[in-house]
Formats: sequence, C-alpha cells, structure tokens
Amino acid sequence: MSEKLKVSGGTALSEEDIRSGKIFVTEDSLDTAYAWDTGVAVKRYLSELKQGRIIATECRKCNRIMLPPRLFCELCFIPCNEWRYVKDTGTINTFSICHVHWDASRIKEGEKPHLPAVIEIDGASEGMGIMHILGEVEPDQIEIGMKVQAVWKPESERTGSITDIKYFKPL
Amino acid sequence: MRKVAIVGAGLTKFVRRALETPKELSFEATKTALDSCGLSLDDIDCVAHGSAPDAFDGIHQKGEYLADGCGGWNKPTMRVYVGGATGVHAVVHGWHHVASGMFDLCLVVCEEKMSNAMPHAQGFFLTIFDAITERALHPNLLWIFALEMNRYMQRYGYTKEDMALAAVNNKRNGLLHPSSQFKDEITVEDVLNSETMAYPVSRLDVSPVSDGAAAVVLAAEPVARRLTDKPVWIEGVGWTLDTAYWATRDLYYPRYLDKAARMAYEMAGIREPDKQINIAEPYDPFDYKALHHMEGLQLSPRGKTVELLRDGHFARDGNLPMCPSGGLLGVGNPIAAAGTMKICELFWQLRGEAGERQVPGDPRLGVAQAWGDLMQVSSVVVTGI
Repeated sequence: MSEKLKVSGGTALSEEDIRSGKIFVTEDSLDTAYAWDTGVAVKRYLSELKQGRIIATECRKCNRIMLPPRLFCELCFIPCNEWRYVKDTGTINTFSICHVHWDASRIKEGEKPHLPAVIEIDGASEGMGIMHILGEVEPDQIEIGMKVQAVWKPESERTGSITDIKYFKPL
Repeated sequence: MRKVAIVGAGLTKFVRRALETPKELSFEATKTALDSCGLSLDDIDCVAHGSAPDAFDGIHQKGEYLADGCGGWNKPTMRVYVGGATGVHAVVHGWHHVASGMFDLCLVVCEEKMSNAMPHAQGFFLTIFDAITERALHPNLLWIFALEMNRYMQRYGYTKEDMALAAVNNKRNGLLHPSSQFKDEITVEDVLNSETMAYPVSRLDVSPVSDGAAAVVLAAEPVARRLTDKPVWIEGVGWTLDTAYWATRDLYYPRYLDKAARMAYEMAGIREPDKQINIAEPYDPFDYKALHHMEGLQLSPRGKTVELLRDGHFARDGNLPMCPSGGLLGVGNPIAAAGTMKICELFWQLRGEAGERQVPGDPRLGVAQAWGDLMQVSSVVVTGI
C-alpha cells in the first residue's frame, strides 16, 4: 500500500480563507469565574505570608520540611501537623526571561520581561523550591545558584497571597 | 494477559487550522486505519479514544462528542486523558481492553483541534498551575518549559546551539512525512536567530500549534495473525505520575519517565534498552525535550546525549534513530494525535513501510513515549516485530 493512502483529511485553512468569508465561522466566548478556598494547609501558609513570614510543614516520617505546606505528605501518605518557620532567603534553582504574556501575545517595546524562577528556600529540605518571580536585577545578571531574598509588600498592602512577596532580589 | 498487536494505522494531515471539525478529523484517521487492514466498523469490538483538554476545542465532554467520529456508536467506548501523554496513553488504554481478554479488536483514536481557541490555545495552560499558590503570579506554559530547559542545560553545560541540533534533526526527518505541516529545512542558525519567547526557549525550539487526528487498530494474537503477516506486537507498556509539586523536584532529569520506561522494558524483557531498541520516538514538543526524554528512556547516558547526537548516533541512519517520523517538531503537535502519530510511525517502520523515511537495517524493536501535565506523567509503549 502506498503511503499516501495512509493519510486522509486535514484540509489546511489560511487566515485569508476566513477573512474573505470563504469559510463560515461561528464565534462564541465563555466568561467563567471561580473563587478557590485556600484549603487547610495553605490557609496557614497565606496567613503567615500576610505577617511577612514563610511557614512549612514537616513530615514526621520522612522528615522533609515541605513548601508549600501540606495537610499530608504525598510520599509517606500520613498527615503533616508539624509547622516550621523557614527563612525568606533562598537559591535560584532555575529561571527564565519571558517575553510573552499568558495568552502568547508579545510584551510591548520598553515593557520589562517577566522573570520567573524556581527558588529553593533556606530552611526547607534540599531541593524544596517554590515558583516566584525575580526583581531588582538585570536579566543578563541572573544566574542559577544565585542567593536571593524576598522583597515583601508593605504590611498594609498584604492580602494573604503568594504575591505578598513582591519578588525575590539578589542578596 | 493476551498478546496484543497493532494491525492498522491512519493519520490526517497535521495543519495549523483545519477545515474539518474534530469529529470529521477523527473519522478520516479512523476510516484510514480500518481500510489499511481491510476491516469495517462492524468488525470492531470497542473504542479507546483520547483528546487533551476540552478547553482547546471549546466543546465540553469532548469524548462523548468525538465518539461518532471514532467509530464509537453503540460500542463500549472510553476516553482517556493524561494531558500531553494522552496520545501514547490511549494505546496503553486500548491494550488493556484487548490484553484482558474482554475484546478482540479495539480502535484507538486521538484527535486535537487547537485552532478553535482564540487567540491562542496557550491561554488555557494557565489553569494547570496551582490555583492558589502559583496562579496569582500569572504564569504561562512557556515558563515551565523555559525553567526546565535552563536547568537541564546548566546541569550538563549544554548550550542553546546543542539543543537546536535536536530541532534540526527532527524537522529534517519530518520533511519526508506526508502529514507534516512544514515544507522547509531549518538550520541551527535559524533556531538561534528565531525570536526569544522565554529564554532559553526561542520560537524554533518549539513545535507548532496544530489540528489533526491519528488512529491505530489493536488485535488479539489469533485475530492479528489472521489479518496480517506482519503484526506489530505491543511488547511492553508503562506509565507513571510524579507529584504535582513540580518545583520541589529537580527538573534536570525526567523522573516521571524513568519508572514508566523501566516498567515497559521489564514487561518486554529488555535489559539493555540503549543496545536493543532500534527506533526511538521520544516526545518532543520542544527540542531539548527530545534529548531529556532520551535520557529518561535510558537510551542515552545522562549528560552525554548531545555528544551522541553530534556523532550522528540519533540520525535516521545512525545506531538509534531519534524521531524518524519528524516528531512533534517536524510533523506537528495536535496534542493527543501527536502521541499516537509516534505509534503509527513505529508500526510503519517495523513493517518496512515507511517509504522515504524508512530506517535502514531491518529495525525490530521500537519505543514511543509521551509526556504531560506539570512535568508529571509519562506513558511508554514498546513495540516489536
């Protein structure tokens, strides 16, 4: 059997086909809204962030000090109820310099790129990172292994959110 | 468990925007797969189909909607969904149906129509991040790939040029694929000079957005032997999920794949995959991912993959061809359909029917893999003839 027979369908359309009205298109949009409850463990995490502190949970079996804190250790599958404050400093495990928005549109001329990073927090178990963003740093100066510290919003502006930490800056 | 073989395969073209509806795309691939082994829908006992998030097509309960196009009318029909791993996992899912002894002939169909989402399907990936501890930071999907790619490169001292070599290899292979949405060869310089999206990811490091469908027919051993002289046996299957706390494990190594690959090899009786496997179809939505997954599949020593790639080890005529189909980078990436396309490629390659793309040397064993979610899930299928 020739290969051509194994492929059928998949008729390519161009933007022009749609613009010119050669193809009929039906449009609709969804406007959905959600409000997520924090859950048991993250409630305490966010409350502590509001106070300018980072808190973790420790598993009494594997002794991992975990971020974000959790109600149960997913490895040992037992409840976690030991709470431990950790530092607001850490090490960059990896980072990116991002020039696109969430919907794939490009950042505008002069707009600063987003600087997401995985930061291993001091006082948590090794490799225990959280995703956050970097600030007060030139993109070309960022390196994996760099020490960073949280820059907090003023207390009056904190809302009990991961964004109560504005960003992490190099130490 | 009964032995299960692939006896037929079919694909649509992969295109940026298809005229056909998701159901029509599914029909084209399914009918082509049935025709390829001389079966009609009446012969089929059950359907295992797969498609990634409902949000792409904008059709909720897409599995039920798609069923007609997949030959699912009045048959036991079940959709599987594990993010990007769906296309290979649907074959594992179909394998269960037949290996269990419950059914003799199972259709496996995967479809994706990503062009429906406006302005870009990427927007929906925002919702895979943790709702409370991550989404407030307004992440996008590229972040996670860029973070992983950067960590992988830094760990082994790989450069962007090294990663681009994988894009060039796969895209060159894909030019010979009749479903490919590309026409032009690219060079390492093209990749390096393409727009930076999220450093270290540039535009040509990434597979395209695509519409398409793929299907295979699975048969129990006695039926398979009646239908064809060259059944392609499913020798091993494996799948695992890692924790959703993705930032708490080091991203340089795909731990989610390690166990899935070992599970599949053990079932297939493969002890030295890097010596025994003749063709690899690692999941390659990004160029670095192909290399990262070769390491996770135990087909390349950690940190030595670029060296092997440069030496031609993974070329079509090398010792272990990587993505002879062209992969997601070279054919296209209609998410679930792209994974099944890799299974189709193993089917054609092992039967010696891959035409211009045929890997020389009478390949006997192949492995296909797909991956998805928050660096979490992997599905692996080992096939042999």
